[in-house]
Order: sequence, then C-alpha cells, then structure tokens
Amino acid sequence: MIVKDNKLQIRKFKNTLLFWTVCILSGLTAIPLLAILGEVFIKGWEQLGWSFITEATPNAYKAMQAMQAGETIPGGIANGIVGTFLMLFLAAIVAIPVGIFCGICLSEYRGNWFATIVSYLTDLLQGTPSIIIGIITYIWVVVPMKGYSAFAGSVALFIMMLPLIIRSTEETMKILPETLKEAGLALGGSYWRVMLQVMVPSAFGSIFTGILLAISRVVGETAPLMFTALGGAAISWNMARPMSAVPLLIWEFFNDPNLQSLIWGASLFLLTFVLCLNLLAKRIAKKWKI
Amino acid sequence: MQDKIFKALLIISAIIIPVIGVGIVFSLVNDASGAFEHFGFWNFIFSDEWVTTAGKEKYGALPFITGTLLTTLLALLMCIPFSLPVALFTGEYFKGKKVATILSTVVDLLAGIPSIIYGLWGFYALRHVFMHLNLSPQGSGILTAAFVLAIMIVPYAASLSAEFIKMVPSDLKEGAYAMGATRAEVIRRVVFPMAGSGIFSAYILAIGRALGETMTVTMLIGNTNQMPETLRTTGNTMASIIANQFGEADGLKLSSLIAIGLLLFLITAIINMIGKILIRRAQHV
Repeated sequence: MIVKDNKLQIRKFKNTLLFWTVCILSGLTAIPLLAILGEVFIKGWEQLGWSFITEATPNAYKAMQAMQAGETIPGGIANGIVGTFLMLFLAAIVAIPVGIFCGICLSEYRGNWFATIVSYLTDLLQGTPSIIIGIITYIWVVVPMKGYSAFAGSVALFIMMLPLIIRSTEETMKILPETLKEAGLALGGSYWRVMLQVMVPSAFGSIFTGILLAISRVVGETAPLMFTALGGAAISWNMARPMSAVPLLIWEFFNDPNLQSLIWGASLFLLTFVLCLNLLAKRIAKKWKI
Repeated sequence: MQDKIFKALLIISAIIIPVIGVGIVFSLVNDASGAFEHFGFWNFIFSDEWVTTAGKEKYGALPFITGTLLTTLLALLMCIPFSLPVALFTGEYFKGKKVATILSTVVDLLAGIPSIIYGLWGFYALRHVFMHLNLSPQGSGILTAAFVLAIMIVPYAASLSAEFIKMVPSDLKEGAYAMGATRAEVIRRVVFPMAGSGIFSAYILAIGRALGETMTVTMLIGNTNQMPETLRTTGNTMASIIANQFGEADGLKLSSLIAIGLLLFLITAIINMIGKILIRRAQHV
C-alpha cells in the first residue's frame, strides 16, 4: 500500500513538473519579442521625427561631416518609404486579382489533376527562399532590361506575394458552404456573377486578411530587392530606374559606418508598420470570421 | 459567353504558377550549367575551395552546404525545447483560454518581424552577450546565427504543432483520464502518439524555413569562405554567400553562385514537399 502511494506521489510530481516546465519555457519565448521591440523602440525613438520621414538619405560624405561636427546626421528615409510603397503598390495590384482568381480556380476544380499540381507548386513557390526569387528576377528582368530597376523589384515582390494570396483565397473558398453557390445559381445568377458577387464578397474578410498578411510578409524583405531594385539615394518615382526601399536602406546603413546612426529609426518605422499590419489582419480575421 | 470568359480567366491565372515554377527551374539550370560544365557536377558540390583571383578561379559549394546544414540542424535542436512547450501551452493546457490567445499573438508577432531586424538585434545586442559568455571569439559565427534562426522558426513549428495537438479527439483523452491517468501521462500516451506525425511535419516545414533564411544569417555568420571547423568559428551558408557576392559577380563566379542557388532551391523544395505531403496525410487521419 505504501509503495503504491509513493508511486502516485511520483506521478503527481511528474505531472506538476511538466506543467510548470511548459509554462516557464512558453513564457521565455516572449523574451526575444520584448527584447527586439525594446531595443528598436529605445534606440529608434529619438530619430523618428517629421524630417526623418520626409527627407532623403544623406550621402556618406555629408553624414561624415555631421558626425565629425558632433551634430545629428541630417536627412531620413523618404526615398525608401516612397520606393517601398511604389514597388509594393505595383506588385499588389497585379498579385491581388491574379491570386484571387487562381485561388478560386483551385477551389472550384479541386480534385482535378491540374488543380492538384498547381496547388503543390503554390506550396513549393511559397517555400522558395527569398534570395532565390531575387536571383530569378535578376535573370528574368534585370539582365534583359540591362539594368537594375524598381520594376524588377516589383516583379520580385509579386512572385513572393502571389502564393500567399492564392493560399488564403483557396482555403477560404473551400470553407464556404456549397449551398451558397447553389442558391445563387438557383436564383438565375450566371456563374461568374455568383462567384464574384456572392462568393467573393462572403469570403472578403478572410481574403483581405490574407492580402494584409502577404503585404506584411513582403514589405520587410531585403534579399529579393538587393539584386533587383538595388537602391538609390534620391527620392525617385521612375519605375525604370533603381529605387530604394526601407529594408534596403537598413541594409545600406548597416554596411556604412557613417550612416549607422540612422539604422534604428528606419528599423522602428519598418517594425511598427509590419506589426500594425499583423495586428490589423488578426482583428479583421476575428471580426469577419465565416 | 461571359461564363466562358470568366472560366478562361480562372485557368489563365492558375497557369501562371506552373509557368513561374518551371521557369525558375529552367532559368537556374540554364545559368548554372556553366559552373557545372567547368568543374563537373559532383566536383562542384564536394570541392571546398573558393578562390576568386582572376585566372585561378576555383569554386566549390561544400563549405556553404555544410554551413547551411549545420546552422539549420543547430537551429532545429535549439527550437524544439521552446516550440514544443508553446504548442502544448496553446493547444492543450490553456486551449481556448485568454492566456493562450495572448501567447499565440506574441508568437505570431515574432513570426512577423522582418529578418533584417532579427539580424540587427543579433548583431548589436546578442553578439555582445555571446562574447561575454565566451561562446565565440567575435560574437558572430555559426552558433550565433543558429541561435537567432532558432528564435525565428519557433513560431512556425509552434503554431502548426498546436493545430495538430488541438485536433486530438477529446473522447480519447477523456478515456485516459477515466482510467486514472494524469495530464502528463495523457500528453505522453495519447496526445503525442495521435498528433505525432503532424508535429513531425511541422518541424520539417520549420527546417524548410531555416534553410533559406538569408539576411539574418548574412549579418551574423561572419562570412568566411572556408569549411567551418567548430561551431564557434565563422562560416557562410548557401544563402549568405549569394547575398554577399552576387552583386559584384560575373562570368564563372556568377554561374557558380547561381549553381549554389539551384542547389539551395532543390534542397528546400524537397524538404518542403516532404513536409506538405506528411501534413496532408496527417490531416486526413
């Protein structure tokens, strides 16, 4: 009897031990997030101001002069902000319709051999390292156009966004009840009207969440832009010329000792943007749950 | 008529994906063939020389393949003790509770941080810690890169594992409780055997993430082109050598870098396919 009690004690102890180990280790996972947020906010806060987001990056010489005179480095990341939004905008207006259509196609023809292959390839494309997308866009766009350009950057971002949007659209369309479609068709709606005016609007919340997440995933990408958009010091609106982006600027500041003090402001800007998009997406997903 | 146009549009937009997929393989093979022809396919993979001096150029991928495999494996080992508890926390212990929602938000945000910011954090904060602890002489190197990689893949492994842990039918668990099992025993004897294949596939996909991660590793690994001797030394991965040298490369070097890119693409594609197939199988159980 006593031996048995002892065994029970051990089992109970193991149970408690596992519970607390799980709790403590899970809690530890939050530390990197807090550490990164803390580091970026504390160091970046004082740099972030009106002039930081409206002025272009100074050249290294000007920055060096300011540093030697003990002043704060003039200028900001406006060229990067303009570049990021332009390239992202162009990538998104193509990727969103194509992605939604492809997602509808995959969900409508599920089980079909073609749809199965496309579905697997979408997964494959989604898992492709971003640096490979950079190389591919270099081969496909930069080499034939004989020069780096913002357009090439847009193409790279488009290839990265596409599988994300397809996946979220496909998953959502699959969850929608079949009866919704049947009801629409029974009322005499033509197929395309039912799809675009009944099905897509019903799934809009989830699709929109997917789009926001795709944008937030892509906006911080550096690797695919390094060999495509290249970067540039002035604010540029010309898609045929090299253009900068916020993550590219961070990479530039990281490599140039004269500009290093601009790193944290730019990082704070990027991080805030990405995390807000993420939280917004979560909000919308919760509100418009199917 | 309009329906036909609409259906054609659907198919056309779906064709883009195979076109991109086949195009990637074709372009990479096409541009990498120069390096493979010059050095020989197996020679290129198993050579550890990287000499960029004009006239005596010699390129081999072995140091970078080793670097990639080492960092990924280390990152995986370091990620398990954190991602598994997070999965249990959100999927079993506090399933559906507010704390679980908070933790999964934290983990989601961790997944959202751009890799260049992980790199900055590793370089300016973590590197000094590693130097203090005497883990590596300059603070950067394989170990540092793998540590930050581990943090980056925790979200992927954890959230996917949690999905599978949540799917374990509760009547099975209740049966075990009714037999007098403790929660720890239920997790070990019911949850893990049921969710095991799904959890396994989650880690395969996490490996796929870690293999191709570029910016963080480039900023932290130290970028030296020799075979890494210990975990404390610096090195380079397949992604980081491309990030470092692609910009100013041409001719044979460019072709060699693209060849490394092709190898990286194939490795990640195989790993991801295995992961996806396992996941689809686990979901149908």
